[in-house]
Amino acid sequence: MLGDITLGQFFPGDSPVHRVDPRMKLLLTALYICLTFLVKDFIGYGLLLALLLFCTLLSGLKLKFMLRSLKPILMIILFTFFLNMFFAKGDRVLFAWRFIVITEESLYFAAFMALRLVFLILGTSLLTLTTSPIALTDGLERVLKPLKLVRFPVHELSMMMTIALRFIPTLLEETDKIMKAQAARGADFDTGNLLQRAKAMVPLLVPLFISAFRRADELAIAMEARCYRGGEGRTRMKILRLQAVDYLALLLFLALLAAELLRQRLL
Amino acid sequence: MALIDLSEVFFQYEGQTEEDGAVRGVSFGVNKGEWLSIIGHNGSGKSTLIKLLNGLYLPTSGEVKVEGISSAAEDRIWELRKKVGMIFQNPDNQLVATVVEEDVAFGLENLGVPPLEIQGRVKNALEKVRMGEFAKHAPHHLSGGQKQRVAIAGILAMEPEVLLMDEPTAMLDPSGRKEVLDTVLRLHEEQGITVVHVTHFMEEALAADRVLCMDEGKIALSGSPREVFLNIGGLHALGLEVPPMAELSLRLRKKGLRIPETVMSIEEMTEALCQLKSAI
Repeated sequence: MLGDITLGQFFPGDSPVHRVDPRMKLLLTALYICLTFLVKDFIGYGLLLALLLFCTLLSGLKLKFMLRSLKPILMIILFTFFLNMFFAKGDRVLFAWRFIVITEESLYFAAFMALRLVFLILGTSLLTLTTSPIALTDGLERVLKPLKLVRFPVHELSMMMTIALRFIPTLLEETDKIMKAQAARGADFDTGNLLQRAKAMVPLLVPLFISAFRRADELAIAMEARCYRGGEGRTRMKILRLQAVDYLALLLFLALLAAELLRQRLL
Repeated sequence: MALIDLSEVFFQYEGQTEEDGAVRGVSFGVNKGEWLSIIGHNGSGKSTLIKLLNGLYLPTSGEVKVEGISSAAEDRIWELRKKVGMIFQNPDNQLVATVVEEDVAFGLENLGVPPLEIQGRVKNALEKVRMGEFAKHAPHHLSGGQKQRVAIAGILAMEPEVLLMDEPTAMLDPSGRKEVLDTVLRLHEEQGITVVHVTHFMEEALAADRVLCMDEGKIALSGSPREVFLNIGGLHALGLEVPPMAELSLRLRKKGLRIPETVMSIEEMTEALCQLKSAI
């Protein structure tokens, strides 16, 4: 049952969007997030929507996939929407009943804020849907490299992420096994109130943790046997080199950013 | 001079004394190009012994030398570990990366090999263990035997002098066990790679040029597989199983059948029995 969980939401493909260098994709996502916060009206959102649709079509992803990524935060979006609708101030009252007052301005503001969240999630989903977790880790290590100057453990962080990615499926499989073993001895994970269920997790978590520590120990020895001694003097197999598609993408994003800023200045 | 040289090596875990240490006064050499199997029952010190060979453990007293480099020389330990690659028992706990080829590259990346050279050596190593088509796969989707072959490729890519294997087949099913053993056997024959193999499967030790049998931290028996496995009384005294065919041939001989003493494997037994039958 646990085996079905896919790691991340990467959707393999060979589109231009997939091929953009992970470092560039991280930079572009950062630019996109800036753009979402810069936008001040619905025309700006139109621009964002056009960009998103263009990238999605180019990536060959189904719109369904993109929209599915909104599901987990639907509650937050709705909450943001209603909170803003009820509490934002405004003059032109549309509806009033006791303490609930909805004005035209509050409705506008609520929709605006909710859309901002939607756009943030859709944009970052496009990143994780078209970039494998490994490429993402790799890109992150290289993008963060300058932080080494301020003693930020960039290599260690990316190593930890790689190992976590490597062992999540293994540990899930193990959890499944332990659950079955405990269930065979009469453990009950599915009934009872919250407290009882939390208690039922103890016989699952204890062996899982013990095994995880043993694995960590063995892995550390195996890594040492293969001459691992931290990031110093280490090379990488993959060479990341920026291609034409990367520069084109950057150009597109910068042009959009400039266009939006110019529009706001002029109007 | 032997490739690996052990002289009077003692090793004690914390809280052990010299008398009940894991390894007590072991001396032997591993020659270039040979296949050495180390057998022994659980707790006989065989796994500890193999970890002494690449400096994962340092001898409490005595010395381990690989091509003249002592494992106690801290500044040369990486040079030594590059020469002596090691495969572990649990196939899952020795693969680091999320993609097969990245994992094979791990050791080379640690050695600071230039990227283009890494790519070539990784491809080559994967071909050698016949896992080339799995280069882009995720390790957790592979079978146990395949994972061990990837681990072997990861060591081969580093071009070591010796391949140490610490019960590499103990957690595999029979087909995975055969897969891994056949791979190493082929590498040993074709590439002449030196192998030190710790195992508790006696049949596996039959492939060796030389067998060491450990007991209580000491070498109890040593010699060619045939010499060791013909010493059935000695093996039983050490609490070890004798390869089934060796045991069977002994029993048949006791019953008066003329089975040669050298029969160890099923194929040899079949042949011997067929010859007997046709002689009648």
